[in-house]
Amino acid sequence: MEHHLVLQIVSRILIPLIMLFALYVQFHGDYGPGGGFQAGVIFAVGFILYGLIYGVDRLRKVIYPALLRIMAAFGVLLYAGVGVAGMLNGGEFLNYSVLSTDAVAGQHLGILLIEAGVGITVASTMTILFYVFARP
Amino acid sequence: MSVIFVNVVLLLFLVITALAINQQRNLFAAVMMSGIYSLICASLFVCLDAVDVAFTEAAVGAGIATILFLGTLAVTSYEEKRVVKVHFTSLFLVFICGGLLIYGLSDIPAFGEHSNPVQTYLADAYVNTSFEVIGVPNLVTSVLASFRGFDTLGETTVIFTAGISVLMLLGRGKPKGQSVVQEEIK
Repeated sequence: MEHHLVLQIVSRILIPLIMLFALYVQFHGDYGPGGGFQAGVIFAVGFILYGLIYGVDRLRKVIYPALLRIMAAFGVLLYAGVGVAGMLNGGEFLNYSVLSTDAVAGQHLGILLIEAGVGITVASTMTILFYVFARP
Repeated sequence: MSVIFVNVVLLLFLVITALAINQQRNLFAAVMMSGIYSLICASLFVCLDAVDVAFTEAAVGAGIATILFLGTLAVTSYEEKRVVKVHFTSLFLVFICGGLLIYGLSDIPAFGEHSNPVQTYLADAYVNTSFEVIGVPNLVTSVLASFRGFDTLGETTVIFTAGISVLMLLGRGKPKGQSVVQEEIK
């Protein structure tokens, strides 16, 4: 894809916007449609678009496959860790109300953290899948 | 009335696309049409007021899945092998399974009925207590992340496990032989 000048320029403009939109979907999930699953996929699409247009080898230099594997596991751990934190604070597993002094604030914090965990896992897993299937 | 019209048209498109995918021998065209199928599904979900599900379907079904299919095509072949033989045992089994599924449908409560178990207390409890207890305007997020947090933990683990499984099956090193397509290009 070395000669696709139009695609390269357009993707260079689009990729930051795609990632910004992913962050919007991630953190706006409490107020509108969206959340970790959708945001993770959209964020991964930014990387995949880069890989499609500039080649998988250049994408490997942007984001290391080993790092992606760690991130995929970290997301699940973050989610489960929030659950365990609820237990340590004297509640049930995944009870967010005890995470803060105010129950509603605790729920907000818990939802924010677990959605972040979901987003990290989904984005890394989707990029891992792209790496595996897009072997040269 | 107009909603029913839109739903009927979308479902009609869905059936036509499914039949076209089934008839198609060119796998590239089949992949493109499966993307269209997902997009129509997403439109149907919007009609059912399930915007979050529609969002996911459009991003995963029409976006990522199409790219993964195309990546798979690049290492296999673009044409499906023609199979002339009809397996009557398989056809018989398909009819038996389909018949059982339709028989099972008769036991399911009607769509959107007031007396459905989900409508009698659970949905009410979620709708009425969500804003006080959780304080998040999007009801879907509060059900998904808090009321049903354990389910979502399971879903996240499933995605993680799927990624690990694919890595274990396909992720080791470079392929030994060149694929058919690449040799043809050379």
